Amino acid sequence: MNALSSRIESTPLLKVDGLTKWYGHILGCRDVSFDMRAGEVLGIVGESGSGKTTLLNCVSGKLPPSAGSIQFETSRFGMSDIYAMSEPDRRRMQREDWGFVHQNPRDGLRMRVSGGANVAEPMMSLGGRHYGKMRQATIDWLERVEFDTGRIDDRPANFSGGMQQRIQVARNLIHGPKLVFMDEPTGGLDVSVQARLLDLLRELVRDLRLAVMIVTHDMAVARLMADRLMVMKSGQVVETGLTDQVLDDPQHPYTQILVSSVLQI
Amino acid sequence: MSVQTGSNNAPERYYNYAYLDEQTKRMIRRAILKALAIPGYQVPFGSREMPVPYGWGTGGIQLTAAIVGPDDVYKCIDQGADDTTNAVSIRQFFAKVADVETTEDTSEATIIQSRHRVPEKPLKAGQVMVLQVPQPEPLRFLEPRETETRAMHAYEEYGLQYVALYERVARVGRINAGAGHPVMVEERYLMSPSPIPAFDNPKLGFSEAIYLLGAGREKRIYAVPPYTRVRSLDFEDHPFAVQTWDENCALCGADDAYLDEVVLDDQGAKMYVCSDSHHCAERREAGHVGPMAGHQLAQAEKEPAQ
Ligand SMILES: Nc1ncnc2c1ncn2[C@@H]1O[C@H](COP(=O)(O)OP(=O)(O)OP(=O)(O)O)[C@@H](O)[C@H]1O
Ligand SMILES: [Mg+2]
Repeated sequence: MNALSSRIESTPLLKVDGLTKWYGHILGCRDVSFDMRAGEVLGIVGESGSGKTTLLNCVSGKLPPSAGSIQFETSRFGMSDIYAMSEPDRRRMQREDWGFVHQNPRDGLRMRVSGGANVAEPMMSLGGRHYGKMRQATIDWLERVEFDTGRIDDRPANFSGGMQQRIQVARNLIHGPKLVFMDEPTGGLDVSVQARLLDLLRELVRDLRLAVMIVTHDMAVARLMADRLMVMKSGQVVETGLTDQVLDDPQHPYTQILVSSVLQI
Repeated sequence: MSVQTGSNNAPERYYNYAYLDEQTKRMIRRAILKALAIPGYQVPFGSREMPVPYGWGTGGIQLTAAIVGPDDVYKCIDQGADDTTNAVSIRQFFAKVADVETTEDTSEATIIQSRHRVPEKPLKAGQVMVLQVPQPEPLRFLEPRETETRAMHAYEEYGLQYVALYERVARVGRINAGAGHPVMVEERYLMSPSPIPAFDNPKLGFSEAIYLLGAGREKRIYAVPPYTRVRSLDFEDHPFAVQTWDENCALCGADDAYLDEVVLDDQGAKMYVCSDSHHCAERREAGHVGPMAGHQLAQAEKEPAQ
């Protein structure tokens, strides 16, 4: 925990203010405000339907909120309200500065092209036009995520769930993003695969000084990955604080139930 | 493209001249003008039912119907040949509904409709090349969402097209352009010259002629006006290259034409001949001979196509 905190920088990278999302009359999330700093890992926990995915999608530019603002320290324009940017600027910023690891690899991968092409795509989206260089970078990244490079040209459908997730991770880190969103990145995997992938993610995040906003309902994942936690219930944030604080000394009654009911570590 | 004046046909003939009604032709012409004004941009149009099934050139037929006049000379090819069933029936169709003169001679034609090839003889000013397109969207294979591909064109986000090229190099070691190799038009719009072979891609750039491309089922028209820059996509370390053959045409000896492989028997004997049948015949008439010049295939092609 202390080792992790030392890499967090003091300048805010992301500022979320009064974020509310209604699906018609159904509440997604309400009045959520928080900051994130460069290199910080923020965990969003809460039961099913509490609004975690809604929050993540709003913040990551996929889902325009009903109210509130999201500002991000973009490489091109500095601190900017992401929904006030023009669509092409926002899309480019998303390609350059962000990554998004989906729970289901099918949502995050192109199933019709090889694993290698999936990993290389972000380089091409940012103007890479030298095959040999991109191929080498792809191989380097596959090694980094402990993926058998002999299978670089196979389609994702022929990979196990763990392998697909490794491809997705490589694809979302290869272009050097500042902030990566993750929605239950180890959710669909069996326990042993999950443990190794989490270790790997944690190492990568530390080495790359990445900021990560990670959604999970697994307290063990939260403990392992996150510097700070936000606990959500019925669309609202009920508790927020340093991970160890929240898990070891939960204040809100809902957090107490959440922690005591699942936390066996 | 000539206008419908000076015809010797009775005026009432023109109520449905060239099969389509006047409003439809006007609508298609508007789409053509827009396509010419924005080279490479796919213009949506109200594609009509035609008397042939989708996949048989309904996009090309509608383009021809919209621009043809009785003074035009019309050529239609399928693959490179003038005498295949589809080419013959489309040619007969326009001879009947548009009273248009037909030809196999590339240099005589004012409108040339084609499915797979651009003729070998360089096109000239005043000629219109009409291409029948099955899939106008080059990004469709990788991105099935229409909303997303539209945004990609609007914002010039063409990195995804390189993913397809990357995949090809990874599999076969080179760009290995086949049919429909994607091009950038005037460095602005990504365009599929589907389904012509990469061999014909260079003909699209800085041509004297107009290229019109029509997709009937997908309801899109796009165009390359004369003297337009057209660049075939490639990588810095894997440059675009057209197909080449070790052989020359067995009939006319051409060493710079697109060749088809013809299997001669079940012992594996084969010959290579020009896919552009008229080009080949013209060369033979001019005295060019290939290694199998007297072959019966050359005789068959002497028969008139109609
Ligand atoms: N597209 C939608 N249309 C209508 N309601 C939605 C939509 N998406 C989510 N909701 C509702 O918004 C609320 C929050 O859902 P959300 O998916 O954000 O929860 P979650 O915390 O991610 O749950 P889970 O852990 O199951 O993934 C729920 O009541 C849900 O039914
Ligand atoms: Mg969710």
